[in-house]
Amino acid sequence: MAAFEKLVRQYDRQVFRIANHIVQNREDAEDVVQDAFLKAYEKLDQFQGNSKFYTWLVRIAVNEALMRLRKRRTGKMVSIDEDVETEEGSMPRDLADWSPDPEALYGQSEMGDILRKTIQGLPPGFRVVFVLRDVDGLSTEETAETLGLSIPAVKSRLLRARLQLRERLSRYFKRRGPKQAQGGVK
Amino acid sequence: MTCTEFLAQLDEMLDQDAALPLRADLEEHLRSCEHCEITLNTTRKTIQIYRSHELYELPDDLRERLHQAILAKCRKC
Repeated sequence: MAAFEKLVRQYDRQVFRIANHIVQNREDAEDVVQDAFLKAYEKLDQFQGNSKFYTWLVRIAVNEALMRLRKRRTGKMVSIDEDVETEEGSMPRDLADWSPDPEALYGQSEMGDILRKTIQGLPPGFRVVFVLRDVDGLSTEETAETLGLSIPAVKSRLLRARLQLRERLSRYFKRRGPKQAQGGVK
Repeated sequence: MTCTEFLAQLDEMLDQDAALPLRADLEEHLRSCEHCEITLNTTRKTIQIYRSHELYELPDDLRERLHQAILAKCRKC
């Protein structure tokens, strides 16, 4: 039990973050954290040392979070593939350059609100790939293993998630003034 | 190289793991295309900003409460 408690302390913040990104509701995220660690404890004997404990745990947490979303939507299926067929963001439209220091434009709490609101607008399957790869720092291979996706699917979702976030943040961070990119998309 | 071809390789540029011959083509395109330069720089900035802001802090009191609840449930199973 002491060893498991150490694992809880080591990974609770990351699991809480990922759960919040999927369910977008703090109470549900708390439940996801509890259920994910409990399930991990119950299934510890099934954990195979060939994958990292953290990716195994996140896989459990992602499934718990998706189940929680499904419950909230009264049984409607929710999957990691939902709404990923969109073409939005595959080609940048807002080509204005950003302010040299966009973080100086907003206070800490306002910036948090902007970033949360922006990422919440993405489909869950994009949000979770972006968070695992770019925020948590998992490799493409680890992200694919965690989510049960192919490597090309992770790469494609990551690119579109990054471009959609960039596009949406441009409306807050773009340079005020006349500087715009010259010329057209080739 | 077209902008569409450049964008298809954007992740390699961001992750800085593009193979060298490809990187030279990408960098040549960047020198002549302000659109793609802006897209690359602002996408890089997007990642940095999300990485440097914890959007869902786990406060200490909630953290302790969650630990107690998790361990109590584990002891019962």
